[in-house]
Amino acid sequence: MEHLEKYQVATANIIKMTNLCGTIYDVTVENEYLAKASRCGQFVHIDCGDEFVLRRPISICEVTDSGIRFIFDVRGKGTKRLSEKQVGDSLDILGPLGNGFAVRKGKSLILGGGIGVYPLYELAKQASKENPCDVALGFRTKELVTLEDEFKTKCDNLYIATDDGSYGFHGNALQAVKEKLESGAYETVYACGPLPMLKALKEITDRNNIFCQISMEERMGCGIGACLCCNIKVEDDGEEGFKHLHVCKDGPVFNAKEVLL
Amino acid sequence: MANLTVNYLGVEFKNPVVTASGTFGFGMEYNELYPIEKLGGITVKGLTLNERQGNPAPRIFETSAGILNSVGLQNPGVRYFAKHIMPKLKELDLKIIANVSGSTFSDYVEACKIVDASGVDIIELNVSCPNVKQGGAAFGTNPDTVFEITKLVKEAISTPLCIKLSPNVTDIAAIGQAAMDGGADGLSLINTVSGMAIDLKTRKPVFHNIVAGLSGPCVKPIAVRSVYQTYQRTKAPIIGMGGIANGNDAVEFMAAGATLVSIGTMNFKDPFTPLKVIDGLNAYLDQNGIADVNEMIGCAHPTGKKI
Ligand SMILES: Cc1cc2nc3c(=O)[nH]c(=O)nc-3n(C[C@H](O)[C@H](O)[C@H](O)COP(=O)(O)OP(=O)(O)OC[C@H]3O[C@@H](n4cnc5c(N)ncnc54)[C@H](O)[C@@H]3O)c2cc1C
Ligand SMILES: Cc1cc2nc3c(=O)[nH]c(=O)nc-3n(C[C@H](O)[C@H](O)[C@H](O)COP(=O)(O)O)c2cc1C
Repeated sequence: MEHLEKYQVATANIIKMTNLCGTIYDVTVENEYLAKASRCGQFVHIDCGDEFVLRRPISICEVTDSGIRFIFDVRGKGTKRLSEKQVGDSLDILGPLGNGFAVRKGKSLILGGGIGVYPLYELAKQASKENPCDVALGFRTKELVTLEDEFKTKCDNLYIATDDGSYGFHGNALQAVKEKLESGAYETVYACGPLPMLKALKEITDRNNIFCQISMEERMGCGIGACLCCNIKVEDDGEEGFKHLHVCKDGPVFNAKEVLL
Repeated sequence: MANLTVNYLGVEFKNPVVTASGTFGFGMEYNELYPIEKLGGITVKGLTLNERQGNPAPRIFETSAGILNSVGLQNPGVRYFAKHIMPKLKELDLKIIANVSGSTFSDYVEACKIVDASGVDIIELNVSCPNVKQGGAAFGTNPDTVFEITKLVKEAISTPLCIKLSPNVTDIAAIGQAAMDGGADGLSLINTVSGMAIDLKTRKPVFHNIVAGLSGPCVKPIAVRSVYQTYQRTKAPIIGMGGIANGNDAVEFMAAGATLVSIGTMNFKDPFTPLKVIDGLNAYLDQNGIADVNEMIGCAHPTGKKI
């Protein structure tokens, strides 16, 4: 196998950009290296403009033939600036970064909530290739339900939930599949979403001894493990009972069992 | 191509550009992006006698033209550094500056002894840490304390020693002078500027420790002034830092009195910043017909060399 460097600073041209719904944008960029090196669950660190000292971490939604696709919501100044880019503009992207999901054999459940749905798409493509796989996705309301058709072709059963019950199951994605999960239907769970959802999930998978990988977020500096800013707590045998790992280098995907949420 | 070689505390650097402690890990992550041997040297993450887990999240917050950080010195401890990290760094053709922190005099001395034996080129003492025996005020805010800690550490080691100054004082040059009087070989400045931010959602401080350290381009004028005043007062060999983003920034620091320039926060924006600083500095020297970068050091002072 040819040697791949872990990450690069890539100049990537935007070849597709659409407003998916609300303030959510779906962007595809072209870059040979990113296409070759990116794996499901990894992220990229994007320079949103001269006025920002920090890059913005965004997950890889899909690895395409010629680059990557990512989907982001406008949450502040950086993502606002990013949303103003257009097809033909080039982006300064550091990546691919972090450890993605490890795709395992056996029946799996992919669980996504809110903006956490999008980092799971490439995973669904990989996980459903040779193994049975269900997907449960939660959104706030019907207008925000997106990528339904795409996910549908990448799993056996797709469950959609909305918080307000305007579409699909009334509740969150975890509640939609809770019984099936507790009944031991899945060997592996992969998840990305709001902290309360991850906490509730961890409680179930810990209790039932189900292998569960979760993708975490934290405020980030360098993106490559040098500045030690994006710390999360994990269990440790040492004196303090915990140690700090870092989302950018040790994650963003962690074994739910080890993480102290 | 001008001469970029400089001598700092008896150590020859192939160029005056190094990286700032805490922003560059132990160099390995950036070595994936480019050969860090292109740099004059690196300053490693702040080390303490024992391993530290550091502060809870969040540890970083973006401001206008800068960041606040509150990492709290997460590091594997000096023994781990000496045993597992230094052997790898030694294989590289660049100079290693070890940044050491502590919370008591004896911590500093013990930690420095271990680092001293590990073969680093220079020890940089971070005196911006709280002194637990004196009510938690930073060591670096009191000239007598700085004098004393410098003297104690200097006596215990043989590696050249520089003291890294905190800008959170009324007269930084006086603190620098105290360090030099205590036997320091050089100075390094500035550490982060004390700052704070409030979360608009919770209306509470963003950071667990309430105050945090400001760095990046927004602190550059404070840093240039600090280097200028400290050089004027002490004529000490100085590592200058604070918001350096390009070659022109480096020119300012060297003119103010720095022998080495250190890149911190801007590594996060553009990992290639140190290389761009080297290129930019070189271009500046060529364009201005300056054959040797050493001519630049302190040239902004009335006593400085006419170039
Ligand atoms: C590994 C990872 C993957 C992510 N993937 C996606 C994704 O695929 N789609 C998406 O929409 N969002 C994603 N996020 C969240 C996204 O990074 C933030 O929404 C974004 O940084 C906000 O920037 P801003 O300038 O618009 O907001 P501001 O609030 O103005 O940002 C201020 C600072 O806080 C940081 N920040 C704010 N919110 C977050 C957050 N939730 N996590 C980390 N840093 C934050 C910013 O990066 C910036 O440094 C991801 C975060 C991480 C850590
Ligand atoms: C994330 C981060 C961690 C830092 N850690 C240390 C440290 O461990 N020891 C130290 O002396 N200075 C530390 N600093 C201060 C820098 O070394 C430097 O003095 C300061 O940031 C100013 O330079 P800059 O504006 O180029 O970043 C840290 C700065 C940042 C941003």
